[in-house]
Amino acid sequence: MESRRNPRAVVDPKVRQVGFFTSSQPDSTYQPDPIASESHPVVSSISPSGNSLSPVMIPPPRHNSSDTFPLRAAAAASAVSPSSFSYSTRRDFPDGSMTASPGRVSRASFSKPSSSLPGVGMDSMAAAKSSSVPASGLTTVSVVNMPPGLSEKESDQKKNSKPLKEKTTKAERRALQEAQRAAKAAAKAEGGKAPLVSSGSVASTNVKVTKPAKPSSQKNDVAAVAAGPSEKKGGQAEKDRKKDAPHPRMQYDDESRVVKAKRRAVVKQTEAKNRVELFRHLPQYEHGTQLPDLETKFFQLDPMHPAVYKVGLQYLSGDISGGNARCIAMLQAFQEVVKDYSTPSEKTLNRDMTAKISSYVSFLIECRPLSVSMGNAIRFVKNRIAKLPITLSESEAKAALQSDIERFINEKIVMADTVIVKHAVTKIRDGDVLLTYGSPTAVEMVLLHAHELKKKFRVLVVDSRPKLEGQLLLRRLIKRGINCTYTHINAVSYIMHEVTKVFLGASSVLSNGTVYSRVGTASVAMVASAFRVPVLVCCEAYKFHERVQLDSICSNELGDPNAISKVRGREDINYLDGLTNNANLQFLNLMYDATPSDYISMIITDYGMVPPTSVPVIVREYQKEHSLV
Amino acid sequence: MPDVQSMVLEFVNKLRKRKIEGSQATARCTVELLRSVISHHRVPHANQASALIDAVKAVGAQLVAANPVELAVGNVVRRVLHIIREEDLSLATAAVAGFDLLDASDDDEDVNGKGIGYPGMSAAVVAAAARSTLRPPSLQTLLEGTPESATVPYTSSSGADSESKTADKSSVTRKLKHDVIEGVNQLIHEIAGCHEQIAEQAIEHIHQNEVILTLGSSRTVLEFLCAAKEKKRSFRVFVAEGAPRYQGHLLAKELVARGLQTTVITDSAVFAMISRVNMVIIGAHAVMANGGVIGPVGVNMAALAAKKHAVPFVVLAGSHKLCPLYPHNPEVLLNELRSPSELLDFGEFSDCLDFGSGSGSPLVQVVNPTFDYVPPSLVSLFITDTGGHNPSYMYRLIADYYSADDLVM
Repeated sequence: MESRRNPRAVVDPKVRQVGFFTSSQPDSTYQPDPIASESHPVVSSISPSGNSLSPVMIPPPRHNSSDTFPLRAAAAASAVSPSSFSYSTRRDFPDGSMTASPGRVSRASFSKPSSSLPGVGMDSMAAAKSSSVPASGLTTVSVVNMPPGLSEKESDQKKNSKPLKEKTTKAERRALQEAQRAAKAAAKAEGGKAPLVSSGSVASTNVKVTKPAKPSSQKNDVAAVAAGPSEKKGGQAEKDRKKDAPHPRMQYDDESRVVKAKRRAVVKQTEAKNRVELFRHLPQYEHGTQLPDLETKFFQLDPMHPAVYKVGLQYLSGDISGGNARCIAMLQAFQEVVKDYSTPSEKTLNRDMTAKISSYVSFLIECRPLSVSMGNAIRFVKNRIAKLPITLSESEAKAALQSDIERFINEKIVMADTVIVKHAVTKIRDGDVLLTYGSPTAVEMVLLHAHELKKKFRVLVVDSRPKLEGQLLLRRLIKRGINCTYTHINAVSYIMHEVTKVFLGASSVLSNGTVYSRVGTASVAMVASAFRVPVLVCCEAYKFHERVQLDSICSNELGDPNAISKVRGREDINYLDGLTNNANLQFLNLMYDATPSDYISMIITDYGMVPPTSVPVIVREYQKEHSLV
Repeated sequence: MPDVQSMVLEFVNKLRKRKIEGSQATARCTVELLRSVISHHRVPHANQASALIDAVKAVGAQLVAANPVELAVGNVVRRVLHIIREEDLSLATAAVAGFDLLDASDDDEDVNGKGIGYPGMSAAVVAAAARSTLRPPSLQTLLEGTPESATVPYTSSSGADSESKTADKSSVTRKLKHDVIEGVNQLIHEIAGCHEQIAEQAIEHIHQNEVILTLGSSRTVLEFLCAAKEKKRSFRVFVAEGAPRYQGHLLAKELVARGLQTTVITDSAVFAMISRVNMVIIGAHAVMANGGVIGPVGVNMAALAAKKHAVPFVVLAGSHKLCPLYPHNPEVLLNELRSPSELLDFGEFSDCLDFGSGSGSPLVQVVNPTFDYVPPSLVSLFITDTGGHNPSYMYRLIADYYSADDLVM
């Protein structure tokens, strides 16, 4: 583990050698990792720490790997020196994303007795790493699994397909299967291939390479036998992973998974009965039922840190809402966790704490699905934990972590907002009529600051049911003496004539420029663009995400359906009383929607004011910086 | 007479206080009132038609002034005027034809064929002109068209008067009134039955497994959807709740009562859901001559979203909703602002609402419009009781129902 982590710390961001190989140091080979994690966000977002962990998690079938190396060596005839040989095998992957250093691979998979994998370590690992497999881990696995019988052609195909797919669990699963299949095939055609392989490995008289060669001789005999258990093990690992860390975008129409997820859930949710067919893939629970249950459990839940528990309850009850607020609350809870943490005996801080954080995160997910901003923050925290130098003492490590989290809150959220305000205020001129929707914190700050600068403008606050967050914003703006007009979202086309600029907030900005935000934002942006009014979105860059989304249906969050049938403060509206259990009637309370980038004139972030087309650029740059912090 | 006057006043009051909701109810009340106005109106011997028209116009002006936003009132008044003109015209034609028969019965075919061929016969020209206004347009009538057709009815009736006997006169008078009331009854019937007429076409527009989005509460839409349901089509309906009036809740309730799969969504989710919707069906408040639609607030947003996702936007409108006017700035001029109490709790915001008391500068204004205007470019199809039409055709459809003289009242 240590040896793996250390090279990471010395990563030099400037060096980027892709597809060009020298017998370089592990540092430079390492370098592409951040890029890999950027382009495959799903993975890295969940388990930042995974890079170091994963090789252990997926029990590498030893026999396969041992075969692989020699075979590859033979194939890549260019191998001259032992060290360059190993790189060359790697380097011929076209985009260089597969650059896990071979030394690491061999060490991780071979030097460790496989017996160390299962058992306690396995469990905690699986818990820690959440559902997806970290990039480098995958790399290792796939390389290790490279079946002995693979023809040159096949491996070529693999090379091409791997950079794209390797990061997902599916791809990994496939790799496993493939390996097993190949292993079986190899066992059959053993006689022919084994000699060739071993000769290759022997030819390169390298310590590293010969190491794998050792098991290979044994293994070839056992291949057929070994294939069986390894398959099982792999399957087990998969299952564990599923159980212990729900995929952040779990599809709730997958019944078996839902059942499993329920079994381990802390929060006992009852499924809403009358559901909208179109949204089966999203969780929808009866609201209000879990809270008392959880409260009684408060003292029974040993593993849950009280701070996390409190935040979870606040999410559940809706006391904390809004991307920034939720994110800050979570991070502060994690700070508490770190403060109170002490490493159990026989465990290392990095791994154990990552596992802990992961279990907390899955608890928070049960309370309310994560927002993208939270996902990014969690990724950051895990990354920091994973990168803690092993030389640090526990107290030092804890202090470092706490200050890291503090820094994240300050830099990425608080400072980012002030920068955004500074940028956005320049766009407000005297006489402007500004429209805003809902209650975006960033926009509110912009408006207040502009008012402090004595700019003369009017604000139209557009609101929508059922949350009526606009009223809160209206309240706060009035208190500061800003002239406001309040209306509901249906009237947007009525008032859009007088509007000069639209300021919107965002829960997240996706890399195709789509703004994922409070439901209704898309409508407002659409009407604004139909009336040729510029739409400005204020969003901190830490909310950017490289996911893409075209509609608001595939990924969304469902709110309490009963909030729709009951109209707060209007007792005269009671048409739907007593109909809530009618099988023909459903209520859909969507929380978010996706605004297409064509409606957005500009996104104001802490990196400046950019068009929506520049979002992927920021995502890339930010992620790079992020993984280096 | 006085009782009619009081009825008119009562109705005007109701309109002014917005007691009557919905264009259909308003239209029915208006036409019933006009019927009693006509039946109680004492018709003079000469120029009965113009006297009737004046009476109806006078009442109509009051009604329209009482609620200028409710375009159905004006529409119905114009329809009644049109009926009077038409009946008068047909009577005149009959009278002229009778005169012709007495005078020159052998020329009848020629009169039918080419009335212009008789330079001296003013009565024949008049008859031809009268027929041309009554007959559906054809190439022949276009060729025969006489420029003075609009003024013809008055001269013809007076001409007929002078030449027919006095006994005849009174019967003609009674006949005109009778015919007009007959026509108005027909109009009442038509307004009452427009739902069924429109609903009959549902089966041609809704297919199996369709997902339909609607918004606002419209009886026409309800009947339309139910008609399709009765024909064993199974489909799902998304209803936008239509805050702050929550008409959508009302509609959802009725749809559920009729056994339709209904999903209530918030108004803000319209854009999110529209990509999974096959058709947007709304009931119009009024349809303007350019094909623009005035509908419940929020309709424009739905129409824009539908346009963006290429979802057909279908408007159902009974013929009483077809307004012969071209809109100017309809979002503002043909709109109505409702009470802010529907949006904001006065108690909560009492300190900052503008009560017009002049104490300090008002900080909060609340805008709560009732209607929304959808430009014709966003509408895919109109379904009226006479069938489906393009927005660009509406002006012509409207021309069938109204006389050009009545457009400005």
